[in-house]
Amino acid sequence: MARTLLIRGMLVGLLAGLLVFTFAKTFGEPQVDRAITFETAMDEAKVKAEMAKGMPAPPDEPELVSRPVQASYGLATGVFVYSAAFGGLFALVFAFIYGRVGHLRPRAVSALLAAGGFVAVYLVPILKYPANPPSIGQPDTIVFRTEIFTIMIVISVAAMVGAAVLRQRLVPSRGAWSATLIAAACYAVVIIAAWLLLPPLDETPEGFPAAVLWKFRIASLGMQFIMWTTLGLVFGELADRILTSGYGLPRANRPRTVLH
Amino acid sequence: MSDTTITPGIAIVPIPVRELLPWVIFGVLALLAIYFVGADEGATSIVPGMYVHEWVHDARHLLGFPCH
Ligand SMILES: [Zn+2]
Repeated sequence: MARTLLIRGMLVGLLAGLLVFTFAKTFGEPQVDRAITFETAMDEAKVKAEMAKGMPAPPDEPELVSRPVQASYGLATGVFVYSAAFGGLFALVFAFIYGRVGHLRPRAVSALLAAGGFVAVYLVPILKYPANPPSIGQPDTIVFRTEIFTIMIVISVAAMVGAAVLRQRLVPSRGAWSATLIAAACYAVVIIAAWLLLPPLDETPEGFPAAVLWKFRIASLGMQFIMWTTLGLVFGELADRILTSGYGLPRANRPRTVLH
Repeated sequence: MSDTTITPGIAIVPIPVRELLPWVIFGVLALLAIYFVGADEGATSIVPGMYVHEWVHDARHLLGFPCH
């Protein structure tokens, strides 16, 4: 059963990757190109200013991967690997929580897991450290930026797991509605504390076009929304069929389930 | 555990943990794959050079990872 779910998860991840790639190509790449144009102009101005002061021109950096390849095969590789990996993780987490989070049918568990994953893995961390196009970010702070971004994700995911466990514990005494609200409030408190305590980050260079930054971030948000929605709904549908139809049993032995 | 019966007619049976354990390795592999897309040859580096970074560069930015 775990194996079947895992394979389905990765396949749904690939399907999500296809949708995400199409979206990213259409709405994300134009912003990446504009950001690179800005970056190139900024670099050229810097070199000019240094040469005017009598400094030698820097050697041309070799281009390892051309722009057209980065924007097509490169983007596709990254998106497909990322989506398939998240599809696999999604399926494994689903396999663990299914039947352990109340009496919910598979597609409901899947939809809730996707909503929780989208919020905890992407939305909450990027509200503190938003996605940035090329030319934003100092190369020498990459280690620091990666560390605090990872810490933000770990805190957010841990707090989401904690909130889910807390909700489960509170349901018998408080009822589902109040338990959900209390757990959500606890998650919010932890997240707001993390947002306040983690260091701020603002490396946007002066003059960077605000519209490009906005559109880039919306494109990034859209990609994640598409991926998590696809995982939640399509995987949920498949899991529903697998888990409620006696999948794997001989056809004659399959229980007749009343679906509605 | 809440037993509000939302879906009558379907047996909701958890998958035993011992059946899930062997598959955890795939979770680790998935995290490793995400690391390669998101952070290798950036903050840390397993593969030498900058080829992985440059290849997945646009995805890295658009997926929200810190890049350059
Ligand atoms: Zn970059």
